[in-house]
Amino acid sequence: MQSSNGRPPGGGGAPDRTPGNHDGQEQAREDTAYRDPWYDALASGWGEGDGTAAPVAPVPAARREDRPGGGARAAAEAYLEVQRSPEFQEVRRRYRRFVVPAVTAFLAWYVAYVVTATTAPDFMARPVAGAVNVAMLAGLGQFLTTFLLAWAYARHARLRRDRAALELRWNTQELARGARGGVL
Amino acid sequence: MTGDHQTLALLLFSVFVAVTLGITTWVSRNRHGSAEEFYAGGRLFSPMENGFAIAGDYASAASFLGVPGLIALFGYDGVLYVVGFLVGWLVVLFLVAELVRNCGRFTLADVVAARMSERPVRIAAGTSSVTVSVLYLVAQMVGAGSLVALLLGRTGGAAQVWTVIGVGALMVIYVSLGGMRATTWIQIVKAVLLLGGTVVLTVLVMIRFHGDLDRLLLTAAERSGHGSAFLAPGLHYGGDWTARLDFISLGLALVLGTGGLPHIVSRFYTVPTALAARRSTIWSIGLIGAFYLMTIVLGFGAAAIVGPEAVKGSNGAGNTAVPLLALDLGGGASSTGGTVLFAVVAAVAFATILAVVAGITLASSASVAHDLYASLRRRRGGRPRSEVAVARGAAVGIGVVAIALGLVARDLNTAFLVGLAFAVAASANLPVLLYSLFWRGFTTRGAVWAVYGGLIPALGLVALSPVVSGSPGSLFPGVDFQFFPLDNPALVSVPLGFLAGWLGTVTSAELPDEAKHAETEVRSLTGAGAV
Repeated sequence: MQSSNGRPPGGGGAPDRTPGNHDGQEQAREDTAYRDPWYDALASGWGEGDGTAAPVAPVPAARREDRPGGGARAAAEAYLEVQRSPEFQEVRRRYRRFVVPAVTAFLAWYVAYVVTATTAPDFMARPVAGAVNVAMLAGLGQFLTTFLLAWAYARHARLRRDRAALELRWNTQELARGARGGVL
Repeated sequence: MTGDHQTLALLLFSVFVAVTLGITTWVSRNRHGSAEEFYAGGRLFSPMENGFAIAGDYASAASFLGVPGLIALFGYDGVLYVVGFLVGWLVVLFLVAELVRNCGRFTLADVVAARMSERPVRIAAGTSSVTVSVLYLVAQMVGAGSLVALLLGRTGGAAQVWTVIGVGALMVIYVSLGGMRATTWIQIVKAVLLLGGTVVLTVLVMIRFHGDLDRLLLTAAERSGHGSAFLAPGLHYGGDWTARLDFISLGLALVLGTGGLPHIVSRFYTVPTALAARRSTIWSIGLIGAFYLMTIVLGFGAAAIVGPEAVKGSNGAGNTAVPLLALDLGGGASSTGGTVLFAVVAAVAFATILAVVAGITLASSASVAHDLYASLRRRRGGRPRSEVAVARGAAVGIGVVAIALGLVARDLNTAFLVGLAFAVAASANLPVLLYSLFWRGFTTRGAVWAVYGGLIPALGLVALSPVVSGSPGSLFPGVDFQFFPLDNPALVSVPLGFLAGWLGTVTSAELPDEAKHAETEVRSLTGAGAV
């Protein structure tokens, strides 16, 4: 995991670092964040209680009205480059391979449940054991599948996606920062 | 309801108000409102804290009082209703939570506006967010007013009016002084109180039946007078085909609307990363699921112990089922245990409403200040500091609007209003959000059309529905311009929202910006550049 820090994906050129930049400090902050991804919001410089806002954002922010010119375009190129890289496509493929079937399945299961309950109440009323009938089992089944799918999603993301996504995150940020000429 | 109940309930509720005001002052000391602080509470809540806060935001008094009441009166159809509230969370977990956390800063509109021409998209998404919030807010205010009348036995308009005004004033204080940090802590306190109260009641019900769920169900069915039909669907949503379609429409709104509720989306910005957003969603699914399972037990418990006749006698919609159950479980109306338990339930219900109202007010003030005001005044150069001042002002403004609407809509059904808020969220917010996250060719015109193409039909169909005119129970019973048969518009307006977004995109001359799409996609899945 650590070994790939700073390696841009997709064979892009390494960002130029001019001496005299506060690079060392940036690097140190990033390393701390690397070990503690939960609190890496601080690594990008959004300190709390910082009333003046506009802190150091090393990458293009959601709002794009800042800084017209070459920097923004180069950063956009960086995102395109990452998007085309096989590492990113693998992360996206894994996300979609889980989410698309899972969403289809639970929506179909829920719609089937609601439609059956409203159109075929006699079937739902069929007793199974004691006071328990098909409707009760189906309702509890909805709760159960929701819990199971939530657990399965979290597990899939943790095992198959998180590590690769985190590496891509730092690499992308490096690349975007490099594209902006190393400042800010 | 005797004087003891009222005094104790008021006392407990005053303690809650004092504690929450204390939290607000403590939290807002030494903080000089940056936007990060006001909208996102500094973004450093842990997944567990945020999970509790989400559960607190989501489980309103409609869930705590309304669902058990519905089950006590109509049996299984109450279960049918509650399932949609939980299943919708899978949409949030899979498609919304992480991606929105990665792409946006404070609001839902941030995610959409990042890819598009910012101004029109932000205005559209901001408008629909504020609409959803106001509808939801009015539902809670109406609920608060009728709760007082029900639980404290103060019938008559004056108590109701003063409750609505009092709740509105408190929520404005919480939000404008404490921002997201205070609101989050109030949600956490409320969620713990609500879950604690529900667990105690559930355990007492189970003790009463010696842990035998089967016997609980059989007793409930027997006492309902409907026999085994009580345990099967059809007593409430059965009826003619219009009623059945109406329920399918409501179910669709619940499942797809959760992911478009602005006050739920903005909760994901209070944690540092997408991973933390995912973990908080997992926490909230666990908490909300457990809570709803317990409300089902409480509902059947109320049917078995209190009996549907007594529940209906106290309140036609069944909203007093849980307080009556508490009274009985504690030992009856004249006992100390009954008095205490009843007062606790009443206080928890008030706390629930107050906290939910604060959460929604914060989200809508963020939409007003960050999306609408910032877009309309962008040219004059609004600075973040002034944006927070606007948001504080907006909280006051929204409070006033919600109080006024809450007083006007006093007689509307709370559950209908909540269903309507979900339907608007599903029609106007979800299509545009999903398109901009997943569709490469989506354009600005598509985004604007998707929002208005869902929002206008949703509101228009309600205006033409039996809720507004043409039936004895409608808002204007005297006139008849009813045209659309269903109460809930989601079945028609959600597909229209998706269709409008697609139509707007394929007819626009604008070429989709490849680079911006790449940025959104990379950011949403990796978290690069997330704030």
